[in-house]
Order: sequence, then C-alpha cells, then structure tokens
Amino acid sequence: MQELTLNPRIVEIRQNILKKNDLLARELRKRFQKAGVYVVNLVSSPGAGKTTLLTEVLTRLGKRYRVAALVGDLATENDADRLRQSGAKVRQITTGTVCHLEAEMIARTLQDWDLEKIDFLFIENVGNLVCPASYDLGENQRVVLFSVTEGEDKPVKYPTIVNSADAAVITKIDLAEAAGFQRERFYEALNQVRPGIRIHEVSVRTGEGVDEWISRLEADKSAFHMSSSV
Amino acid sequence: MHELSIAHSLAELAVEAAEFSGIKQVKALYLKLGVLSGVVKEALEFSFDVVVQGTSLEGAKLIIEDVPVTVFCPSCQETRILPEPFPMRCPVCGTKTGQVLAGREMELYALEGGEENARADLESSNC
Ligand SMILES: [Zn+2]
Repeated sequence: MQELTLNPRIVEIRQNILKKNDLLARELRKRFQKAGVYVVNLVSSPGAGKTTLLTEVLTRLGKRYRVAALVGDLATENDADRLRQSGAKVRQITTGTVCHLEAEMIARTLQDWDLEKIDFLFIENVGNLVCPASYDLGENQRVVLFSVTEGEDKPVKYPTIVNSADAAVITKIDLAEAAGFQRERFYEALNQVRPGIRIHEVSVRTGEGVDEWISRLEADKSAFHMSSSV
Repeated sequence: MHELSIAHSLAELAVEAAEFSGIKQVKALYLKLGVLSGVVKEALEFSFDVVVQGTSLEGAKLIIEDVPVTVFCPSCQETRILPEPFPMRCPVCGTKTGQVLAGREMELYALEGGEENARADLESSNC
C-alpha cells in the first residue's frame, strides 16, 4: 500500500475502489488461461435476445468443442433451463438484488468445476447495460448485444458499456427492414464511443451470421492461446 | 444500481486504509471518477451514506474529482483530453481513436482524518 502524508491530516491512498474484484478477476483469468478455457462475457439490455442467441451458439459450437455457460439472473432459472436444451453444461447464478455479475460470484460458482474439460465458457450477464460495465469477470472478450429494435442511438446512451466492449453483435437482423433499422446510423453511434469496434450481424431465426460469429470466436480462441503459450 | 456495490467496496477499502494509516475518524474521502466509469455520483453519495452508518466513516464527506477522457491520437502522436466523452476523436485533427488512456478510473485517492488523528500522527512520529 502506497502511503504519503500530504499534510498532517491527509493520507494519500490511490487505490482502485473495485480492487478486490479486479484482483479476483485477474486470478480467474490466470486459471482460465492455464486450463485452456476461452471466456466470453455477454452483456445487453433485457430482451435483446442473448439467451436465444447463446442457445444457438452453444448448440452449434458444442458439436466441435466442450462448451459451458454461466447465466446471471435476478431470480428465475428460466434462462438456464433454455440454455440447457443445447446440451451444454450450464449453471445459473442468482444474484438476488444485484444487477450485475461480480468476479466473486463467478469464482464461487466455478469452484467445483473441472475447467480442464471446457473449451469455451460463455457468461450471460444480467440484462442491464449500465452496471455490468464496471466489473471485470476475467473474460477474454466482452461482447455487447443490441437488437435492431432498440434504436440507433442506444450505443450513445450507454457509452460506458460500449466503450468497455471488444465486439458488438446486432441481433434479430432479419427484422431490420421491418423495424426501420438504419444500419449506418447505428454503426456510426457505435464508432463514436468505441472507434473500430468489431461488429457482427446475426439472426437466430434465419441463421444469418451465426456461423460467421462462431468462426470468429474460434479464431480468437486459437490466436489467444497461441500468443499466450509463446 | 451498482453504486450500492461500489459504495460497499469503497467503504471496505477506506476502513482498511484508515486503520493502516492510523486514522480513527475519517472526515473526507477524495475520489477520482472517470467520466467513463459508469458511476452516477448522486447514487454513489446516497449509497455511501447508507453503508457507512455505524462505521468509522459515518459522517465522512465524498469529495469527487471528475477525470475527463484522455486518448492517444495516432495521427498527432499526442495524448489529448476530450472536451466531451464522445465522439472519440482527436479534438485537434479529428482522427478517430479508441486508445483510451484515462477516464475509466474509479479511485480512492486520499483520506482526510479528524482532529483526533492529527494527535495520533504526532504521537506516532515520536516513536
Ligand atoms: Zn490528432
């Protein structure tokens, strides 16, 4: 701990308020890396289609990899039940009144898991575009989801989460026309807060873009493990 | 509202830091909050007052300094402070940049102790 007395009564502290979370996230990241697990943290508003997309991705990716998911929710087991239909190993994290997942909840939930038996771990965060932004969960990448029905200025309304994300996925792209989705405006809004952010468009209903996103995740995983094994 | 969780973490950190520094009664906490930290100041202040009841932090003030977004401009090869958090582009040449150097922080910067502590400091400096 750094300590410096500025005057007799003020003591300099200079510590991150979420230090405990960040230290725990760092430990988790090391554990994941050692076990060869690639971790994706999904964040979105409620209703953006996270669970639907994740069920589809787990089903497709699960044919070639050992996949698992943690799903954060305030109360019910509904999302976990839906995700289990994919055949993946799924566990629900019930947060009670807490509107985001924290590293400690992930660590506690994974306590009895054999990470060596998992290739991809998806974390479906609580549906909320504000609070999850502040909490590192030890993930390799954070993906923010928006559906075409949410309005083009949504990224600008929630700049913190977009700025903290590595990629954006636009869901329900089959409804783009019906919803009057203005692609260019949406891309511009994303780029205002996160210049150069990677964008994927998907539709679970038509299957459009889903395999492309999966391929990208596979490529990210191998690039990460190649670079970290050097 | 994650400010309640943040207030808990802050209180915990401050109590530890106060004990470590020999501060018995904390009068003020100095924070640095990046404009991209995602923290609503009023919510944090409210939550803080609630969580510190009955601790050595009760009655302490939060003194919050806003930290603007600082980016690195690849064209100018300079760090630039943005007047607004977005659009994220160099305010001088207009180049878009996602290289954020500051503006996400959520830091307990300093603690201010009460009078009692001023004496404690004197005593400990005699050892
Ligand atoms: Zn510039």
